[in-house]
Amino acid sequence: MSIQLALDGVSRSFDGFKAINELSITVDKGELRAVIGPNGAGKTTMMDIITGKTRPDEGSVLWNQSVDLTELDEAGTARLGIGRKFQKPTVFETQSVEDNIALALANERTVWATLFHRRSATEAARIGEILELVRLDGERAAQAGDLSHGQKQWLEIGMLLAQDPELLLVDEPAAGMTDAETMRTAELLREIAGQHTVVVVEHDMEFVRALDCRVTVLHQGHVLAEGSLDHVSANPEVVEVYLGR
Amino acid sequence: MGLIDRRMGIFLAGLFVLTVAIPYGNMAMEGQPVPSYVVSLLGKYLCYALLAVALDLVWGYCGILSLGHGAFFALGGYAMGMHLMREIGDRGVYANPELPDFMVFLNYDALPWYWYGFDMFWFACAMVLLVPGTLAFVFGWFAFRSRVTGVYLSIITQAMTYALMLAFFRNEMGFGGNNGLTDFKDVLGFDLQSDVTRAWLFGLSAFALACGLLLAKAITQSKLGQVLIAVRDAESRTRFLGYRVEEYKLFVFVVSAMMAGVAGALYVPQVGIINPGEFSPANSIEIVIWVALGGRGTLVGAALGAIIVATFQTVLTGWIPEIWLFALGALFVFVTIFLPKGVLGLIEGRQRGQATSRKRSADREDGLDLDVRPESMRGGGRP
Repeated sequence: MSIQLALDGVSRSFDGFKAINELSITVDKGELRAVIGPNGAGKTTMMDIITGKTRPDEGSVLWNQSVDLTELDEAGTARLGIGRKFQKPTVFETQSVEDNIALALANERTVWATLFHRRSATEAARIGEILELVRLDGERAAQAGDLSHGQKQWLEIGMLLAQDPELLLVDEPAAGMTDAETMRTAELLREIAGQHTVVVVEHDMEFVRALDCRVTVLHQGHVLAEGSLDHVSANPEVVEVYLGR
Repeated sequence: MGLIDRRMGIFLAGLFVLTVAIPYGNMAMEGQPVPSYVVSLLGKYLCYALLAVALDLVWGYCGILSLGHGAFFALGGYAMGMHLMREIGDRGVYANPELPDFMVFLNYDALPWYWYGFDMFWFACAMVLLVPGTLAFVFGWFAFRSRVTGVYLSIITQAMTYALMLAFFRNEMGFGGNNGLTDFKDVLGFDLQSDVTRAWLFGLSAFALACGLLLAKAITQSKLGQVLIAVRDAESRTRFLGYRVEEYKLFVFVVSAMMAGVAGALYVPQVGIINPGEFSPANSIEIVIWVALGGRGTLVGAALGAIIVATFQTVLTGWIPEIWLFALGALFVFVTIFLPKGVLGLIEGRQRGQATSRKRSADREDGLDLDVRPESMRGGGRP
């Protein structure tokens, strides 16, 4: 299986504090990977680096073993096929649920293309499909700002699907969801892995268990352990810094 | 979703009635119920309205609070003023066929190179669009690429117009110094003092306002308009969707600057003068007040706001001139606190809309929110 994403020896410090320290991770194409770790372990900074929001001080980030992601900005990595879901649901609050999905839909992103864009039947159908999948087809015309917290999470997942990225970076998708919703999210992520590569950052161990995938434990900006959930749970260091708290 | 919804339809219909009625009352009716000066005065209001629409396009729909839009207006005005100066020809006080009066007075022996071409009307019209457009492009290119947003962007737009004001005040600039350009005689051979010419200019201003409104409406209703609103509400999210935010901002900023330039170009022949005072920061801030008062992000509301405030100003300055600025300030405070959706919001009485506008959006990762109240009143933003 080929490698989708490879971080090698990546470091980044903020005002002397090393948020990421000699971090090396590889993720295979189509893999579902969970990243766990205590607060301040560098999970969000790692995602910022992958998406081009933050530049690392040193180290390389390779996409498909060929493109250097540290050269690109957010829009660049997004166009390359990296989708990101934020920890706090971030949707376009004053626009309708349907338009939120339409904005995310994989399409030309240039000024001229959007100025003269007309929604095609295929696009309309795709929007309908996604809304059904994330169970928001009843809220189509509602303002995104009026949705509940959990529904916003779903809407953002829907936007991510609409983007149709090769790699999905998902930051705490289950936050603020009910148990049933959490399990459904895990199920959905398992479903889309395979066709897409999915990296999930999560705190909720029940959720990680439900993902049933390879787990990377981050601590102080580097990898502490990697393997199945049972394997890393058995690691005494992991227990000490994270699980045992 | 057509271009002309209910509020746009009502406004355009009103504008059309005015465009027919005012010149008719001025020229064709017994006893001239509409004096000539009122025609030009109303024409001036319409130019302000177009300027307000231009600002609403960037501020209301893309969150760019420009405190320097007066600069684009003034540059458009100067471009037209330069043509009108050249058209005076040898009828000036010094009767120099080539040089405007102020140049003769300041001992210029030849026309500066940047005055070339302005004797041609089409060239001046092109410059009305190109000069503000180019300035907006260069300014926006640097500002948006470096991701200057919020209050910081507002401050540098303010600095831009202030710098231009200081530059235009200098006699050496070759734009007439603090006197500016004035004493215009005619445009395309039509006497600027005649009622017919005034009526035409008034009609043209109304036409330009209508076109500006429809263009802005077309832009905001397109998918590009949705991207602009997305940028306004959650800029960082929009980037992660793959949109180059700076390109979108640049596009709308340039379009808006050109619109402001056209407003300035129509304003100058109607008021008969353009001077560096038009670059003053206070002017640009007043534009923001028009938009906030009328209703930010509504286009028609912005135009309405400009007309209301300008009418108010004419009445008040004629009555008790000293209190005008206090009244303007008080009006702004009142509108900000009690009418977050502006006069248009009040008229349309959308209770539900008001409720959601007050509801602060959930805190998002870049710390910006989308309260409709002006950013200047809230702090916020970061470089």
